[in-house]
Amino acid sequence: MKACDYHKPHTVKEAIDLMDSLENAKYIAGGTDIMVLTRQGKLSPANLVSLRNVSGLSGIDVQNGVRIGAGVTHTRIANDEFIREHCSALAEGAGVVGSRQIRNVATIGGNICNAAPSADTACPLLVLDAVAVITGTSGERQLSVDDLFLGPNRVALEKGELVTAFVMPAFGPRTGSAYIKHARRMAMDLPILGIAARVTVKIGGSEGGCRDAFGGDASETVKRLEAEGLSLEDVRIAMSVVAPRPIRAKRAEESLKGRTISAKALEELGEIAGSESQPRDSFRGEAWYRRDMVRVLTKRAVLTSIERAVGASSMVFPGRLW
Amino acid sequence: MMKKEVVFTLNNEEVIVEVDPKWTLLHLLREVLELTGTKEGCGVGECGACTVIVDGEAVNSCLYPVMEVEGRSVVTIEGVASPDGTLHPIQQAFIENNGVQCGYCTSGMIMSAKALLDKKNDPTEDEIRTSIAGNICRCTGYVQIVESIQQAAERMKK
Repeated sequence: MKACDYHKPHTVKEAIDLMDSLENAKYIAGGTDIMVLTRQGKLSPANLVSLRNVSGLSGIDVQNGVRIGAGVTHTRIANDEFIREHCSALAEGAGVVGSRQIRNVATIGGNICNAAPSADTACPLLVLDAVAVITGTSGERQLSVDDLFLGPNRVALEKGELVTAFVMPAFGPRTGSAYIKHARRMAMDLPILGIAARVTVKIGGSEGGCRDAFGGDASETVKRLEAEGLSLEDVRIAMSVVAPRPIRAKRAEESLKGRTISAKALEELGEIAGSESQPRDSFRGEAWYRRDMVRVLTKRAVLTSIERAVGASSMVFPGRLW
Repeated sequence: MMKKEVVFTLNNEEVIVEVDPKWTLLHLLREVLELTGTKEGCGVGECGACTVIVDGEAVNSCLYPVMEVEGRSVVTIEGVASPDGTLHPIQQAFIENNGVQCGYCTSGMIMSAKALLDKKNDPTEDEIRTSIAGNICRCTGYVQIVESIQQAAERMKK
């Protein structure tokens, strides 16, 4: 292995200046991807610019929405009470990445900027309308996470630019979200596919009636929600590992918006989401299977989100199996 | 080789070492300090054999850049027993419950268990399993390991 120097800047400006002045340099945050790639010889930077000691990257701020520093670890996100309650999908996504050892050091900024098609925090950020705050030599700019992903391991960052935080709006009451990682194993596995949903519900009948709809058979739940006239004011669906980058299922979202929840509406939602996915065959799963699971899991993710939105507590962990 | 100095706390003792900035913490521990209780399995963060505790958190030392230990506190399997040689309750429980078979995963398992029990003295079975989900054992089937950690938790509560 060639010589590689390691730099430990303390401010964002120092980090960006180092990146600007050094030859063949690479940012390193938790390092759980970079260290593997360098070991495998797929990456041989002459300089690593560490983000671990940069101040201002490791905070979670919940005033007027949520601001999560890019250097916050998955463990912290998964355990944060506010995020678990108000951004449940993100807490779930962060909680299923790798292992405890990985989550203790790997950061959300790294998970997103590495832009793996299977990144577990990507779909949650997409449904939570997250915006990336980006700093570079020419100043700060904001870009929606949806516009950040270009393709496998490619993000819309100029050389030396650094994502410093993700900002999400404050969602009103009766909003719930969920992330489902569909994998063969419970841990240490990449998803066959990932599905996230966020809903804001409008209750036609009684709130208690909607709350009591949950707990039994899924088809009974749907019938009771329909009887209560529950509809969705707002809905977001995102899917990963079904395209070169994590994507929103926008036509599926439209199909459900403003509509009263019913078995038919959910069936159509699943069908449309499936048709919006473009999965391919891989050793983790074949395309037809992935598309079929998109159909099933979008319904589950929406129902879990509704349960969290109308539930006595907005958080039901672990998610119920439908 | 590029040389830089790193100062950190290792098993409650301050150490000053010269390192190559491209090393991992695992390389420093095993190849330089000759603390070979920490094992290298996969080298890419999938097996957990190299688990050590840094500032109270379990981490894969094979993925931990050596330059980042500066000023931090590292505990390895060598620092788990008392200085007089008395085994830690987790170590004792692993012996009594057959939590050790070939032994290769054991030091990593114990470090993951210690990181959990240091924070929480009455973990559920689910929390125990989540904590060691990143530690691969190909001998035991995990049952004896989970039982060992449960017994250690019981004893540590007293």
